[in-house]
Amino acid sequence: MAAHLSYGRVNLNILREAARKELREFLDKCAGSKAIVWDEYLTGPFGLIAQYSLLKEHEVEKMFTLKSGRLPSADVKNIIFFVRPRLELMDIIAENVFRCHHSSRDFHILFVPRRSMLCEQRLKEQGVLGSFINIDEYILDLIPYDGDLLSMEYESAFRECYLENDQTSLYHTAKGLMTLQALYGTIPQIYGKGDCARHVANMMLRMKREFAGTQNQILPVFDTLLLLDRNVDLLTPLATQLTYEGLIDEIYGINNGYVKLPPEKFAQKKQGEASKDLPTEPKKLQLNSAEELYAEIRDKNFNAVGAALSKKAKIISAAFEERHNAKTVGEIKQFVSQLPHMQAARSSLANHTSIAELIKDITTSEAFFDNLTVEQEFMTGVDTDKVNTYIEDCIAQKDPLIKILRLVCMQSVCNNGLKQKVLDYYKREILQTYGYEHILTLNNLEKGGLLKPQTSSRNNYPTIRKTLKLWMEDANEQNPNDISYVYSGYAPLSIRLTQVLARPGWRSIEEVLKMLPGPHFEERQQLPSGLHKKRQQGENRTTLVFFLGGVTYAEIAALRFLSQMEDSGMEYIIATTKLVNGTTWIKSLMDRIPPSCF
Amino acid sequence: MTKSKADEEDYWNSSKFKAFTFDDEDDELIRLKESRQAVNSIQRLVEEDDDEDDVEKVSWSGEPVGSISWSVKETAASNQRTDREPAFPKIPTDTPSLSKSQSGYSLSSLFKGETGGRNFQSFTDTLSDSSIRLYAPELRKPKSEYKDYVSDWSPEETIQRLQQGKTAPLEKFRSLQDKLLLLDFAVSAHDGNVITAVLIYLKRTLSKEVLFRELESRQTALRHFIHYLTETKDQRLLLELLSLLVIHSYLFTVDFYFFTAKDSAHVQDHYTLLERQIIIEATDRQAERGGKVEIFQKFPRRASILNMPLITTLYYCCFYHYSEPEGTYSSPLNIRQAFKISEKQYFVTALAARAKLKAWLDVDALFTSRNWLGFTRKKSPLSFQRVVDVLQKNSAPTQVLQDYVGLVEDPDMRISLAQKHKCHDIVINTYRDMKDRQQLLGYRGKVGRGSAEERKIDELLNNQQIRWKN
Repeated sequence: MAAHLSYGRVNLNILREAARKELREFLDKCAGSKAIVWDEYLTGPFGLIAQYSLLKEHEVEKMFTLKSGRLPSADVKNIIFFVRPRLELMDIIAENVFRCHHSSRDFHILFVPRRSMLCEQRLKEQGVLGSFINIDEYILDLIPYDGDLLSMEYESAFRECYLENDQTSLYHTAKGLMTLQALYGTIPQIYGKGDCARHVANMMLRMKREFAGTQNQILPVFDTLLLLDRNVDLLTPLATQLTYEGLIDEIYGINNGYVKLPPEKFAQKKQGEASKDLPTEPKKLQLNSAEELYAEIRDKNFNAVGAALSKKAKIISAAFEERHNAKTVGEIKQFVSQLPHMQAARSSLANHTSIAELIKDITTSEAFFDNLTVEQEFMTGVDTDKVNTYIEDCIAQKDPLIKILRLVCMQSVCNNGLKQKVLDYYKREILQTYGYEHILTLNNLEKGGLLKPQTSSRNNYPTIRKTLKLWMEDANEQNPNDISYVYSGYAPLSIRLTQVLARPGWRSIEEVLKMLPGPHFEERQQLPSGLHKKRQQGENRTTLVFFLGGVTYAEIAALRFLSQMEDSGMEYIIATTKLVNGTTWIKSLMDRIPPSCF
Repeated sequence: MTKSKADEEDYWNSSKFKAFTFDDEDDELIRLKESRQAVNSIQRLVEEDDDEDDVEKVSWSGEPVGSISWSVKETAASNQRTDREPAFPKIPTDTPSLSKSQSGYSLSSLFKGETGGRNFQSFTDTLSDSSIRLYAPELRKPKSEYKDYVSDWSPEETIQRLQQGKTAPLEKFRSLQDKLLLLDFAVSAHDGNVITAVLIYLKRTLSKEVLFRELESRQTALRHFIHYLTETKDQRLLLELLSLLVIHSYLFTVDFYFFTAKDSAHVQDHYTLLERQIIIEATDRQAERGGKVEIFQKFPRRASILNMPLITTLYYCCFYHYSEPEGTYSSPLNIRQAFKISEKQYFVTALAARAKLKAWLDVDALFTSRNWLGFTRKKSPLSFQRVVDVLQKNSAPTQVLQDYVGLVEDPDMRISLAQKHKCHDIVINTYRDMKDRQQLLGYRGKVGRGSAEERKIDELLNNQQIRWKN
């Protein structure tokens, strides 16, 4: 079912299995038939752990979303609420329970990821706490997302850390990393850059001290942990990703590993049949490395995807042609045995050809090109200190606000803050055009450091750019030799930091590190003697890179590229609070005074 | 495998969103519940007037924690409250805390002495929490360790405890001042659950007038409260709160959003805008209903202008009130002045509005300026390329378009726009000016056979005076 999780350097299926086991155990504790009432937010993350079949095997017969009012009827013994520990949800649960007339019902609550005394207290106040047979917690911190990727699916982490000064997500991060170490061994080296990174490392070290005495006897799988704050590199998520997977996310949005696509291109036309009514439901596809073709092309620059697809098409056609050569019974038998695999490859090819066509329509549009041109100008430091006429025009045309905010923030980041006059001008234009209520959003962006007035006359972005080689003139999109291919020229800052750490080490870039926000540090965790790895000659080291506050698909692609480079000597596993792109990220920082207030 | 997968998908896609049915008989239940809540709150108010110890007695009497007498009292209380409901109460025989500690969790058990131990820790810490007292016998500790729990916590300490997942009684905070202190500490702790907990307490113990008044000056708490009411679908209170906010909206915004001087200028603008919108809306609605004003008859308004952004309002006024004298609230020029709208923005908005109405004379007039010799010439703060774009989006006819395409300065851009919009004359003239015979020849194939354009091209090609570059 989730075999692709175990193909990688680190078998992440162990983590998934552990999570599934815990889920099964909880379900079995509620004996008899069950209905699950879901906090809707949780269904996506749970989908990465378990399919419905697992629940069904454990007698889950119905599933509902949590809503106030009365529970829909279901002829089951147990009602289980799967919820985040939020007080307002407790009141809804109380109402559900209160209005349930079946006296023989058993109620249970599963808090994800932690139980909370406050919530239980609230249930008690509402007079329903006593109705629950089981109150439990389900620790779902790090969810295996793919063979080399873990995500907490914690959307608001960046916002909470940088705007609201709420570090709950960091606590969960540290807990998640402790779980990971329990399964994969203590990680001997910890590096980090940024305030949140420092917090997480401190919490991990403290938690480790707290269970002093119980030595972890597992041979360490990871050699190094690198913790990176998103605010160390605010630029990368703002840029439009140009890898295949990155573009799918930018344009259609990948949610919990699924994408919804416009159905027109996927209509199946059978030969001889007139095209019937087009489907109206969006086409939903799961995207991960379990699909061979997707694993091959996801990280390519989009400009190299066409060639890869046509090459694949030829291979598949040739394979189908083989049937003419099959003469003997044995040969035919062998051909037939391969058919299912070939059919799957063919339908996978059809899907990705359709997706690539959809994307191409957009990437070849004038609007896309103009936007990209301005982004690249900013990233190379062209005219970042003036009001940009393209942005002005986009505002005048009332293009989507998020597009404007991405560009303005990018200009600000690439100029180490905007001149006060320029900033004021943009703000006024935005508020006048999109509504004054967005002043809250603009303030949030300032708080988060994405948009700011220039404080010193010195713009250090060019120094950072040059030292870390963030811009490569001749990025090779077809046969890349550098990570800059993922943004067709721009090498993501976060990944450069990762790359330099592996070789030659951060000491070589002390100056630049000081220009970026937050401390950088190194910690060591003692291993019990006997667990020190004896490394084979030429054996790669493994680094877990944890992006606190989100990571983009293009950054992941860049890390995978580094893992595959022959001489890098390093394999990367990626973990993050949430997979983001510029749009989802900015959206998570937006705020409006509820319109009904005005 | 594929089949089962499809089944699963179906299930996840459909059944979990199965429609919820709300029967009409529920209404009665809602009312019952409301009245029950009302009764409860009255009871609480009465208790508050009583001797302080009374409340304390329930949770802080000298009785051994978790004693049977206490448990019964608690059970009885919940019995009373819910006696209407046959399913209630369920005396928890299987206790949550115990089920947790007994479970052999795969992940959590990796943290022996962590998850389990921590839970115990927090449970013993929360003995003040009556729900836990029921199970206290298992958790009994030396009496000396309890002394902590009877001490008086300050608002700050109370919030800290709540934040650590411990409980602390809120009921002892009686005065408005104390309650507000509690709220302010909660807000500064940045913990949404704690803020909500305090808000729930305040909601229960303060009259809504007082609560709303205090919330207005506490933006974060207010947002949490609105969120809470939304989530719990307390529509009535939510509506009351929001309508109050509308009345006070500007006092509220101006005062409470952390604003710098520059920002408060924006807020002031917002206020001025809304003021104007209200006046314009009222006047225009009347005019529309009166049926005497032609423009409203020809182009009925699609929506109210209230709450629209400034530029949308400007567009609206350029559409319906273009030629009004500068003194009126709805005059576009007045709006431009009052809000310091940039020349470009004003220009592009007016252009779009007048083009939409096909008022080409107005469009023309926008560009016309006289120089000191009295000649008119077309000037624009916007590139003519963008002008063409706006006009074309408002489906301007070719005759209008070509006037502006001809003004695009860059010849290549001019040609490509002219080709796109079929302004043949401009293409031909530009090639002529560029002395590009080859291109002109090529273009000949694109115009209609025997058309005036073709003749014009032929004339040019035969013109001996032109020194072609190719």
